[in-house]
Amino acid sequence: MALTLKSRCCVVIVLLLASFQSMADTAIDARHFEDPVMAERYRDLTASLRCPKCDAQAIDSSNSPVAADMRERVALMLHEGRADKEILDFMANRFGEFVLYNPRLDGRTWLLWALPAALVVGGGLVVIAFVQARRHRRVRPLSEEERARLSSLIHRHRERSE
Amino acid sequence: MIRRLLLLLPFLVFVGLAFFLYRGLSLDPSARESALWGQEFPSFTLSTLEEPGAEVDESLLRGRMSLVNVWASWCPTCKEEMPQLLALSERGVQMVGINYKDARDLGRQFLEEFGKPFEVNIFDPAGDLGFELGVYGVPETFLVDANGIVRYKHVGYITPAQVDEVMAEVEKWH
Repeated sequence: MALTLKSRCCVVIVLLLASFQSMADTAIDARHFEDPVMAERYRDLTASLRCPKCDAQAIDSSNSPVAADMRERVALMLHEGRADKEILDFMANRFGEFVLYNPRLDGRTWLLWALPAALVVGGGLVVIAFVQARRHRRVRPLSEEERARLSSLIHRHRERSE
Repeated sequence: MIRRLLLLLPFLVFVGLAFFLYRGLSLDPSARESALWGQEFPSFTLSTLEEPGAEVDESLLRGRMSLVNVWASWCPTCKEEMPQLLALSERGVQMVGINYKDARDLGRQFLEEFGKPFEVNIFDPAGDLGFELGVYGVPETFLVDANGIVRYKHVGYITPAQVDEVMAEVEKWH
């Protein structure tokens, strides 16, 4: 069966893509867990740990040797039945607070956690104050003098536009 | 009056932001505090680079202050760091090496070639001790006091200009 040029091109492209995929798999070691829950926890943990060597990358996508070591340790600790928090604390105790993408609440980080909440509360108070002020605004009827001035203004405006 | 002050609010917010952003400009983004600061040096049982049959543990670092340097023969900056380490050992600092993720013959060859500042080298081929120390970039240097407490950490290679800085830390924790 002869293939048209177009379908040949398609085959080549598909093969190329497949080879990229397998390259990606070998770069970041694929780990297999029997338990889907554990696999999910592994994905979450490796995505929430920052690679200490490479400033803005989680260990799940980093090729640096230390990230590979950390992934291996996460998998090992999961198989040992350790809790997520235990694993995160273990890493932070060795590599520092830096590796946690969700920093722990302590003396230095409370502002980080409190500021968004404080801003929401503050913004809410401002909105409430505005609404209240608007609701309590009273409409005062015009005095005789003001009414006379208004009608003369309207009168003058009409005359000019005619 | 209060309304006038409220008009100043955006300006104050700007000043606050500008202060933090300006400060951020002069911070070193690669600087990390060590998690081990003020903590005990992790326990380990490993052989030495010099003797495959020997067994050393954390008691090696008790009784005297030591400067523990993590190095490897595959690490180019470690070669450049050797003259500084030799200078530190000449100034009377007890130097202990950790040969990290290396092979014994390559490690020994490295020392033959670039000098031997270390009194002893802990052989850590799997990088287990390195992991416990939170090593992420070789070379790294830890100052461990006589009680086995980590007092100072230097990540990356000690430049000739930084020798005095390290020496000052050594004297500080003596």
